[in-house]
Amino acid sequence: MAGYFTNILGGAKSLVVGLSITQRQFFKKPITLQYPWESLEMTPRYRGHIQLIKNAESGTHQCISCGMCEKSCPSDCITIKGEKQEGVKGKVLVKYELDFTKCSLCGQCIANCKPGAIEFSREYNLASTRKEDFHYDLLKRLKEQK
Amino acid sequence: MSSQPLSQNQERFELNLGPQHPATHGVLRVKLLMDGEYIVDAEPVLGYIHRMHELMGENRSWAQYLPNMGRLDYLSALSYNLGYVELVEKMAGIEVPERAEYIRVITTEMNRISSHLLWFGAFVLDLGGFTPLLYAFDDREQILDLLEAVTGSRLTYCYYLFGGCYNDVEDDFLSGCLAFVKRLRTRLPMYHNLVTKNVILRQRLEGVGPVSAEMCRKYGATGPVLRGSGINYDLRKNEPYSIYPELDFDVPVYPEGDSMARFMVRMDEMEQCLRIIEQAIAKIPEGPVMAEKVPKMIKPAAGDYYHAVEAARGTFAIRAVSDGANQAYRMKLRSPTFSNLSLFQEASRGMLLADGLAFMGSLDLVIPEIDR
Ligand code: SF4
Ligand code: SF4
Repeated sequence: MAGYFTNILGGAKSLVVGLSITQRQFFKKPITLQYPWESLEMTPRYRGHIQLIKNAESGTHQCISCGMCEKSCPSDCITIKGEKQEGVKGKVLVKYELDFTKCSLCGQCIANCKPGAIEFSREYNLASTRKEDFHYDLLKRLKEQK
Repeated sequence: MSSQPLSQNQERFELNLGPQHPATHGVLRVKLLMDGEYIVDAEPVLGYIHRMHELMGENRSWAQYLPNMGRLDYLSALSYNLGYVELVEKMAGIEVPERAEYIRVITTEMNRISSHLLWFGAFVLDLGGFTPLLYAFDDREQILDLLEAVTGSRLTYCYYLFGGCYNDVEDDFLSGCLAFVKRLRTRLPMYHNLVTKNVILRQRLEGVGPVSAEMCRKYGATGPVLRGSGINYDLRKNEPYSIYPELDFDVPVYPEGDSMARFMVRMDEMEQCLRIIEQAIAKIPEGPVMAEKVPKMIKPAAGDYYHAVEAARGTFAIRAVSDGANQAYRMKLRSPTFSNLSLFQEASRGMLLADGLAFMGSLDLVIPEIDR
C-alpha cells in the first residue's frame, strides 16, 4: 500500500519537474529562422556543386584539360574536352559539363586537380522539376560570373 | 491483413509493420503474427533499400568508394569514413600525421554525440513524448553547424582521405567544440530531469525487452545493446585504433539488459564523448593534416584485410580482399544494426505490440545500414 502512494508521489514530482523545464524553455528566444525571409550564411567550406575558379588577374580559369577530375569521379559526372589551338601551349578547354544529378559531393575531383582549377560553389537554392536543369555548363557559368 | 481463426476463442492475424511506418524509421518491414495485442512472431523483412554497396566497392577504385561510406549509417557517417580509411591505410602502409588523427577523433566523437542525440529525440518521440525531440535537435544543430564548417556537409560526410583529412580545422572550430562541450554538460542533467526521471518513461522501459548477454553473443549484437546487457566490450578499448589509447574515458555498462539499460548506456556515452573531445582538443598538436607521400593510385598487396571500429551503434567492420589491383576483389561490410535487429524476432515473442515498438526504438536501428 505504501508503495502505491510513493509511486503516485514520485510520478507527480517527475511531472512537475518536467513541466517546469518546459515552462522555462517556453520563455526563451526562439531559435528557428523564418526561411525564406531569413536565411543563414553558408560557411566557406560548404559543398555545393563544383565550379571553375576565376583567376582575378587573367579573368579566366586555370584548367589544363588534363582530365584527372573526369577520371577520378566515382559517378562519371564530369565530361571535359580540350583542344589543341594554334599559338597556345598545351590544350585549351572547350567543354566542361557537370551532371549534378549524380554528384555525391565527395570532392575527389577537387583533390585530384593539380593546378587547383575547381572548387565547391556555395549554391544551395536549387530546385527544379527537370533533370536537365542540373546539367551545368561550367565554362558558360564562368563567363557569366562577374 | 489476413485473419485465420485457429480455434474458437483464439484468433491470430498477420500484421505488417512497415515498410512505411513512423516507428521503423525507414523502410523496414516487420511481419508480425499477432494474438490480440501480443506478438507471437516477428519476422523482419529487408530489401527495400538495397543499393549494392558491397558490389559498388568491387567495381570502383579504393578512393572512389569513399563517398559510399557516408551513405550507410547516415547518422554517424564519420565512424564509417574512419573505418574505411584506416583499413586502406593499413593495406597500403600509409602513415597518418598526428594532427589528422586528433581531428579524426574529435569529429568522429562529435558525430557520435549527434547520432545519440537524434536517437534520443526520436526514441522518446516513439514513446509519445514530443518536446525532448526539439531540445535534442537544438543541440544537434550546433554539432551539425560545427561539422559543416569543417567538412562542408551536414549529414553524408566524406571528409577523411587516405593519409589524413580533406582540410585542416581552424581554432574557431576547436573553441566551438569546447563551447559545445560546456553547453551539453548543462543540458544533459536537464534531459535526465525531463526524460530519464519521468515516471511514464520508466514504466515503459524498465523490464521491457530484456536481452541477455547470451542472446547478444548468439546474434552478434554489439554497441550499446551489448553494453546494456552487462558486457564491457567497446572496440575503442578492446581493439584500440587511432589515438584512443592515449585518451582517458570510461565505457558505460549496465547489466539489466532492458530498454532502460540501453537508454542509459547511450546517455552516459555522450558524457564520455565530451571527455574524449575535451582531452583531444587539449592535446592536439600542430602540423600537417595529410601524409606527404600518398600514392595517387593505391594498389595494396594481394591479401585479405580486416578492420573494425566502434561506430555509434556498434562494431562496424570491413573485410576487403585485394588481388593487387586498384580496386577490391571482394568487399564485405559488417554493420552493427543488422545483428542488433536479428535478435528482435526472438526477444519480442510474447511482448505487447506497444512494448515491441519501444524495444525496437531502444535498438537504435538505421535501415540503410542494415540493408546495404
Ligand atoms: S564531387 Fe565527387 S561526385 Fe561530384 S563531380 Fe566531383 S568527383 Fe564527381
Ligand atoms: S583536373 Fe583540374 S586541370 Fe585537370 S581537367 Fe579537371 S579541372 Fe582541368
